[in-house]
Amino acid sequence: MGVGILVEHLNAWYGTTHTLQDINLHIPANHATALIGPSGCGKSTFVRCLNRMHETNPIARATGTVKMGDIDIYNDASPVEIRRRVGMVFQRPNPFPTMSIYDNVVSGLKLNGFRNRKILDETVERSLKSAALWEEVKDDLKKKSGASLSGGQQQRMCIARAIAVDPEVLLMDEPASALDPVSTSKIEDLIFQLKSQYTIVIVTHNMQQAARVAENTGFFLNGKMVEFDSTHKIFTNPSDKRTEDYITGRFG
Amino acid sequence: MADRAIHPSTPVPQRTTVTALAPDAPAAVSLPVPAAPSAIRSYLSQRGSGALADRSFGAIMLLCACSIFAIVIFIASILVLRSRLSLTQFGLKFFTGQNWDPVSGDFGALPFIFGTLATSLVALCLAVPLALGVAIFITELCPKVLRAPISFLTELLAAIPSVVYGLWAVFVLVPIVRDQLGPWLAKYLGWTGFFGGTNFGVGLLTASIILAIMILPIISSLTRDMMTAVPTSQREAVLALGATRWEMIRIGVLRNARIGIVGAVILGLGRALGETMAVAMTIGNHPVISKSLFAPGYTLASAIANEFSEATGDLYLSALIEIGLALFLVTIVVNAIARVLVWAVTRGAPARVA
Repeated sequence: MGVGILVEHLNAWYGTTHTLQDINLHIPANHATALIGPSGCGKSTFVRCLNRMHETNPIARATGTVKMGDIDIYNDASPVEIRRRVGMVFQRPNPFPTMSIYDNVVSGLKLNGFRNRKILDETVERSLKSAALWEEVKDDLKKKSGASLSGGQQQRMCIARAIAVDPEVLLMDEPASALDPVSTSKIEDLIFQLKSQYTIVIVTHNMQQAARVAENTGFFLNGKMVEFDSTHKIFTNPSDKRTEDYITGRFG
Repeated sequence: MADRAIHPSTPVPQRTTVTALAPDAPAAVSLPVPAAPSAIRSYLSQRGSGALADRSFGAIMLLCACSIFAIVIFIASILVLRSRLSLTQFGLKFFTGQNWDPVSGDFGALPFIFGTLATSLVALCLAVPLALGVAIFITELCPKVLRAPISFLTELLAAIPSVVYGLWAVFVLVPIVRDQLGPWLAKYLGWTGFFGGTNFGVGLLTASIILAIMILPIISSLTRDMMTAVPTSQREAVLALGATRWEMIRIGVLRNARIGIVGAVILGLGRALGETMAVAMTIGNHPVISKSLFAPGYTLASAIANEFSEATGDLYLSALIEIGLALFLVTIVVNAIARVLVWAVTRGAPARVA
């Protein structure tokens, strides 16, 4: 089961650039939430604040409260503990090139000291099946390097790697933007199925994608969250003029 | 058609062109007169295929590559030719003989081969962990302001001539090994057998330490470059799985850079094997094989440097040149073993990071 996320007064900076300005939002558990907006509006920074990846950049900092379930992730836990509970899928597939497909998928478990062969084997099968990749790779799990797969397969393997540690929240930063339409639709189907088990936050440039996979959608513009509502409302009857302009393609 | 509009000198064709090509268009409509080509187009179309330039470039590069083979073959053949006397006299026994006696004309190179391999391997054991530590600190942990000074100092170490290292070792390192480090090692690690016997301060240990200091900069700066080349996305991938900083460095950085790191170690080893001056000044120059690192030794390179000027007689000179041949072979064999090790470890894994 996933947990809900409550964000209050979140501000983030890169150097002197105020990238996120006072974001307040509630992301419900076991739903997919899409974040849309033009490039550079802060949506990637926002998801990176949800697993404290933002602060790995030496010039970046963030203030505010992010509650994941009962845990205030900026005060009650270390970044390492948070990232164990929050999976992340990046814009470009980033498999570990020196590891086999099998080792790629269980890298998160091995990192945290799992050594039980049987559990590892089961996890690989379960994660790859969830990521709709099992049938394509089951015969060369240990023979092929993770980097030898095609782009779409690599991205599904990265999703398998993220869900292998059974996270409560899955963050996806434009997971399909580097992929072809077939791979994209596979990943969208996947998001649809995964949200029964995880809370999913997905950043996307593709508004049809947001409409297809997400119950709720937030619209970001220039570091502020302009509007957050049910996806249906955002795409049919947005309350803010700027949201309407963006989704109808008048800018951005 | 759109790009034609970029050049103002080229008239944009009229829409009639399109209708003229349609199947049901009346035949009477004439095609437009082709416009005069622009200056850029006519220039580009006159440039030719460049096949000759490509071919000659390829030939010149092939020549450069062949010169490497030529140099290696030339050196090897000269070494073999000039050492013919000793080669025929001792045969393979030259490489297994332990006796080096110019007076009675009995020459065996094993103590020199041992000294070369022992000092180089001990030097690697000392230098590699230190070099990795320096590289990890510079690329992953170091505050930005310290990065440039530390990198600069490491590279400065590489620029110091080896005779200066030798002088420093004679006046600083030798007394330290003799009076402080040696007794301490004998007391706590004497049971291993590697630190027994009389400690003069000059010997395998001192030579290994000075070699380690000399190969440290090359290994650490190459390793640093390899680690810097690992993309941020790999680091982020590991961090996002809940890795600590050390785990991120181990899995995200070292693992991806390992082939480059081994390459850096091999280069360092190559320098250690061939280093002459600093070793000749610190190793004691006595051709014996001994288990203790306190004992004096001799390396192939320092033997040539020390004895070449005083080599009297054709057989002595020929034996010294065969020492050079032995160094040549040792270097090749060690490099080959290292390459095979790399290949065995990384089999199946792609060499590059996506």
